[in-house]
Amino acid sequence: MTRSALLWRAASLLVGIGLILVWQWIADRRLVSPVFLPGPDRAWAALVRGMTTGDLGAKLAGTVERMLWGWLIASLVGIALGAAIGSSARLRAYVAPTLEFLRPLPASAIIPVAIALMGLSEAMVLTVIAFGSLWPVLLATVHGFAAVEPRLMEVARALGLSRAATIVKIALPSASPDILAGMRLSITVALILAVVGEMLAGRDGVGHWILLAARSFRAPDLYAGVILLGALGYASALLLALAERRLLAWRMRAR
Amino acid sequence: MRSASLRALVLPAALLALAEIAARISGMQSDSLAPPSAVALAFMGAVADGSLAGATGDTLLTAFGGLALGGGIGLMLGVLFGLVPVLDRLMELTLETVRPIPSVALIPIALIALGFGYRMEIAIVSFACVWPVLILTRSAIAGIEPRLLEVARALRLTLAQRIVKIVLPAALPRIVVAFRLAAGIALVVAVTVEIAANPQGLGHAIMASQQALQPAAMLAYLAWLGVVGFTLNLLLVKAQQRLLGRAAQAGTAR
Repeated sequence: MTRSALLWRAASLLVGIGLILVWQWIADRRLVSPVFLPGPDRAWAALVRGMTTGDLGAKLAGTVERMLWGWLIASLVGIALGAAIGSSARLRAYVAPTLEFLRPLPASAIIPVAIALMGLSEAMVLTVIAFGSLWPVLLATVHGFAAVEPRLMEVARALGLSRAATIVKIALPSASPDILAGMRLSITVALILAVVGEMLAGRDGVGHWILLAARSFRAPDLYAGVILLGALGYASALLLALAERRLLAWRMRAR
Repeated sequence: MRSASLRALVLPAALLALAEIAARISGMQSDSLAPPSAVALAFMGAVADGSLAGATGDTLLTAFGGLALGGGIGLMLGVLFGLVPVLDRLMELTLETVRPIPSVALIPIALIALGFGYRMEIAIVSFACVWPVLILTRSAIAGIEPRLLEVARALRLTLAQRIVKIVLPAALPRIVVAFRLAAGIALVVAVTVEIAANPQGLGHAIMASQQALQPAAMLAYLAWLGVVGFTLNLLLVKAQQRLLGRAAQAGTAR
């Protein structure tokens, strides 16, 4: 990072701190009722208390685990299905319109159906997360496989590659930017559905915890949980962006 | 063209027929699933007693209310940050930390601050809609041909004139794309809030049917929600093409 970039970063950090101070001032002056808006000091204290003496750490682990498993299942199924659909023009003609029709359907809308079939269980929450985060990966993979440079496919034909070899050696690397973009989108969906699923099914996790905190008007705990969920969203996006840069480095070099 | 649209219908028709046959053969008496014929009947019932129209209206009202509010805020901030890069860099860290908060995490806060109803749902939808509009507007404005801004300076336009006459028209295609994307997000978030907490709209209708052990009604509302989402998307794409003509293709290509 260059020096000026570092200075800008420091300046924007100062602005962030300034805004937190404004928040503190508003809370101290009770311009907004402390029932709705505790000061950052109380929210931070609740966060520290929850993580050290309380069980907030365990709740966070529950949410992370749920989100990651659902996302991994969705990614694997999405890439496999997407490769099958995307690499065959005939299959695409039959299946793609149905997928396009289902795409704008809010994933959370299948929660009631999942509850009807599986009850308020852990499997239900996991299924909902996996189903919801399947779509971004699936559609991105279909698109990536359908958009492989035709000359690369000609090369594969000229080399007499089998269909499996063509997929693994040519189509998959060529579609990888689309697939990774889909996976990045789907992890945010996974986090949202994990939170909603916990709220509805009462499974142990940060989503359920903030709902309980709100019901008993423990505003500092509520804000601590929301801050934690924001940090989780930030960390997962950051890790995926780093992984993406790592995995796609060969493409950058080729340019 | 006709064969393409016929092929599109093969899969859904086959699945529906299969579900109907399976339900008939097994003589299903279930509290969680219903055959397509029963779903169609339940759908007719919901249309006839007006509950379908009411729930759809509630959901669309909150989705578009949130879109207008959040999209408006995002548009203003995007123009501001796009025109004043210093401000953009100063606010960078703050926005980066607030943006990843999942919109559903705000449900409990909105519940205790605003209670059930339109206001809390609109508040959460607008939070979710700010970001795509802000980011796309900002990059659209940062990408404006610099010579256009030089022209504005040479003509000594005031700031307001510069925004209305140069900046917004130049960035319009991508702003329209941003609002189309945000409209899709608005519908998803509105339904999610209704399912998780707020007792109104289509999301709640699906949830309530499940809790009343009426699987036919639940699936009817779910299918209708799919139709609403699909139609909304279709209309927005059409509107975008209508509004912008050729410029729209440049926007959708990315």
